[in-house]
Amino acid sequence: MTGRVAIVLLLWLLSASRALAQDVHSEGIQIGLSTDRISITADFAGADLTIFGAIDNTDPLLSRQGRYDVIVVLEGPARPVVVRRKDRVLGIWVNRFSMTFVNVPISYSVATTRQPQDIASPETYRQLSLGTANRHFEPEDALANPTTIDEFTTALRELKRTTGLYSENFGGVQFLSSNLFRATLPLAPNVPVGTHKARAFLFKNGLFIGESSAQLAIVKSGFEQWVFRAANQHGFVYGVFAVALAMLTGWLGRIVFRRD
Amino acid sequence: MGIYLPIAEMSVNVFVLLAMGAAVGFLSGMFGVGGGFLITPLLIFYNIPPAIAVATGANQVIASSISGALSHFKRGTIDFKLGFVLLIGGFFGSSLGAVVFAWLRGLGQLDLFVSILYVFFLGTVGGLMLIESINALRRSRGGVPPSLKKPGQHNWIHRLPLKMRFRASKLFVSVIPVLGIGAGIGFLAAIMGVGGGFIMVPALIYMLKVPTNVVVGTSLFQIIFVSAYTTIVHSTANQTVDVVLAFILMVGGVAGAQYGVKAGQKLRGEQLRALLALLVLAVALRLAFDLFVKPDNLYSLTSLSGRPL
Repeated sequence: MTGRVAIVLLLWLLSASRALAQDVHSEGIQIGLSTDRISITADFAGADLTIFGAIDNTDPLLSRQGRYDVIVVLEGPARPVVVRRKDRVLGIWVNRFSMTFVNVPISYSVATTRQPQDIASPETYRQLSLGTANRHFEPEDALANPTTIDEFTTALRELKRTTGLYSENFGGVQFLSSNLFRATLPLAPNVPVGTHKARAFLFKNGLFIGESSAQLAIVKSGFEQWVFRAANQHGFVYGVFAVALAMLTGWLGRIVFRRD
Repeated sequence: MGIYLPIAEMSVNVFVLLAMGAAVGFLSGMFGVGGGFLITPLLIFYNIPPAIAVATGANQVIASSISGALSHFKRGTIDFKLGFVLLIGGFFGSSLGAVVFAWLRGLGQLDLFVSILYVFFLGTVGGLMLIESINALRRSRGGVPPSLKKPGQHNWIHRLPLKMRFRASKLFVSVIPVLGIGAGIGFLAAIMGVGGGFIMVPALIYMLKVPTNVVVGTSLFQIIFVSAYTTIVHSTANQTVDVVLAFILMVGGVAGAQYGVKAGQKLRGEQLRALLALLVLAVALRLAFDLFVKPDNLYSLTSLSGRPL
């Protein structure tokens, strides 16, 4: 905890000193993570990630009126995703249509100071590709029918929300003072490993002013992760081991129970 | 108690899996079957992704078959020559199956194909067994002795070329159907995660006229090696073998099988077969039901290779 505060304080001092040389009304935003690496075990049941940040060069009047808003996003590594839709063929439900999106973040969680509609206009969100409802996904086939793209994008968002990988926490960003804030973002139990990017967006009177980002590596540790790595990197050896284990178990079972 | 499956990437209840393994082990001990055809659908019902259920099922089959195979080895009721020829076919079939498996997975049609194969094979075998055992039960009640098929009868299979002599089975038969049966079972092993005993045993008896005393041992011998090969092929090509899941199922299965054997000895053959037939049909119906009922969510997400997300 002290480490976290120290980093935030340091960031704030740095930015404050930089701000002196700048125009009075150009606010900036900074965030700091207490660690750049989180190690989770297999029985990880989800947790909250706290990110601290500061706004420099705030206008005290606007700050008192609550005209500053912050949205913090934690975006997981991006992967291509295939979305499929089942249709009825001869009475059977079959995957028929599919659409591939090239760069979809595996996880995406958002924390905001207020309800999103009170912070900025839908147009702004779309331009920034910000929020679970507005994050842009690029279809592999850019010439596909726009209604189809829309349909599959909506399905993708819905499925990601259902699995808890995409989440929104309205009110998850709280101001601790006129320029220090704390964002609480949920990490889903199935949070993907890899490099995550935390981004903070600053809004003043509904207008986007600036952003800041930090990186966070999430790694899994423990026996299960070791097994996963073995299976993916040494598939053949892993397979031989699985066979040997099965033979040994069957043979030991025979000795223990003596069937004949 | 929850346990995390590293390959399936999900948390499951270890006692549910142990119970599942024990129940299938009990049945496999009772009926003398490998149980792969029950384990894989049960895992799918328990929301394990079908691709992982299939590959892990193949792994589990080894453990449940080895005990029986060792017993037959001791008694000398394995026709090794026949087993080896079946095995050669099995390796080809299994390799082809793994390729088709990866291809269907990429297309997003693997789950459907696995379900359809299960419905078809379980429905057919279950239906035939039920009819046969009901007839047998009726006959025994009516006091008429059951008529056995004469082993001397020959069919078109015995007129094929490339004949080979199998001494232990007292057979002189073309290698083509033997390789074919082996390949077919290998293919199904790779795609359905079964040992294939429930198809192999009738195929050997009715198509090749292999004497019943060596059928089970030879079938088990072939199943162990084809399952081992299938497990390695799947883990190399598709990374879908979950060793933690397989181990829990094996432990439950090996223990359950012992009680199954004892229970099986108390029931009569026809009753046993009628019960197994009903069980097989129930699994087939449940899978068929899922094919025809509208799913909760029409959409699904996978990676490019078809891995569920």
